[in-house]
Amino acid sequence: MGTKILYVLGALAAVLLVRNLYVILLGLPDEKDQGAIYRIIFFHLPAFFTAALCYLTALISSVVYLVRKSQRADDLALSATEVGLAFAAVNLVTGMIWARIIWGIWWTWDARLTWALITWLIYAGYLMLRRAIDDPSERAKNAAVLCIFAFASVLITWKSIDWWRTQHPGAVLSIRGAEGGLDPAMESMIYFNWLALLLLCIVLVAVRMRQERVQREIDALRRHAHAL
Amino acid sequence: MTEFFRQSLSITVKDLRLEMRSKEALNASLSFALVILLLFSFAFDPSSEHTREISGGLLWLVFAFAGVLVLNRSFARELPNDCLEALVASPVSGAALFLGKALANFILLMALELLCLPVFGIFYNVNWTAQFWNLLLVLALATWGLTVIGTTFSALTVNLRLRELMLPVLVYPMMIPALMAAMELTTHLIAGQPLSADLWLWLRLLIGFDIIFTALALALIEVVLVS
Repeated sequence: MGTKILYVLGALAAVLLVRNLYVILLGLPDEKDQGAIYRIIFFHLPAFFTAALCYLTALISSVVYLVRKSQRADDLALSATEVGLAFAAVNLVTGMIWARIIWGIWWTWDARLTWALITWLIYAGYLMLRRAIDDPSERAKNAAVLCIFAFASVLITWKSIDWWRTQHPGAVLSIRGAEGGLDPAMESMIYFNWLALLLLCIVLVAVRMRQERVQREIDALRRHAHAL
Repeated sequence: MTEFFRQSLSITVKDLRLEMRSKEALNASLSFALVILLLFSFAFDPSSEHTREISGGLLWLVFAFAGVLVLNRSFARELPNDCLEALVASPVSGAALFLGKALANFILLMALELLCLPVFGIFYNVNWTAQFWNLLLVLALATWGLTVIGTTFSALTVNLRLRELMLPVLVYPMMIPALMAAMELTTHLIAGQPLSADLWLWLRLLIGFDIIFTALALALIEVVLVS
């Protein structure tokens, strides 16, 4: 992706985030039961959506890598996983802050929370596996296989609120069939903020992919220099 | 098709024979399992009623910890003298090789578990024979789940410097659905409860886990093995 496009996307994300923060903090009223803390949902949910989309991207590009052996697909899988982990961390941390205020505890071992943590650990393991393998094609291949296995836990995290009775709130978005959930103004804010995080995510993934490509060029040049 | 299973079976027999002659994985994992059983007794009072409620969890933690020792050796055993290369180059498909190794691991793990059960029953005063056949079914299903994940990841990490460290890090989070279901089922079965509708749900989770990951592993193992 061209540098100019990245700057434009980044600027767009920044403007949108500032605008969203303004509306979230000053425009929208407090929620009637939870008070001010409910606002965390505008980051908690979009962060999870963004992370899940990153994991999905990593899954698809891993499959593409195994089929086509394309280096770019492997770069994308790595970059998407790294950025996805960061967003998943935002999701976990915001959730913990919310839980501290509403439930009085930072953490509870219910299905949703536990699976979110498991997923995070599995993808952290993916990054560790990559570091442990020296040979580039071996690394890309084994990481791709792990990535395919890992995606099962993303699906379980997503469906856990339907499969188990959890302390974590159930579905709140109307597209998941939640009734009497959020006010439309609040729901649309979730999507707006998701858009902002998504733009940020795309910029980060693109920058990270570029780093990988440059790294490979440097490695090739170094090998060339040694050969001389 | 019969050729496929014949090949798998010969791999299984080879692995089991190797293990029977050296007993390196089985001895290590069995003594490790006993050590963990001992350690657990310090973590809480082994005689209390409370212990029985968490007995399923304890048992499966022991199996998972000790099992990884067996799984770790599965492909690593083939490294000396480039046996793994020879196996991959032989006219046996990756899937047959995997199935053979998984079956050998499954038998070893089941043996380990069946040896641990009476010891567990004696030390923790638990009546594990109450629902023995159902328990055996749960043991078999969950162990197959652990074996499939473990064998796949053992192949995935076989060439790593940090193999012994990487395998547990990758394997335990992946095993959690199977472990969770097995713990829940075992706790109830040890308490003497029959398989109720509630427990069927967990059994279905276990079966689903086995089917999905066996299929995934068989489909992807060729890619993993051929470098």
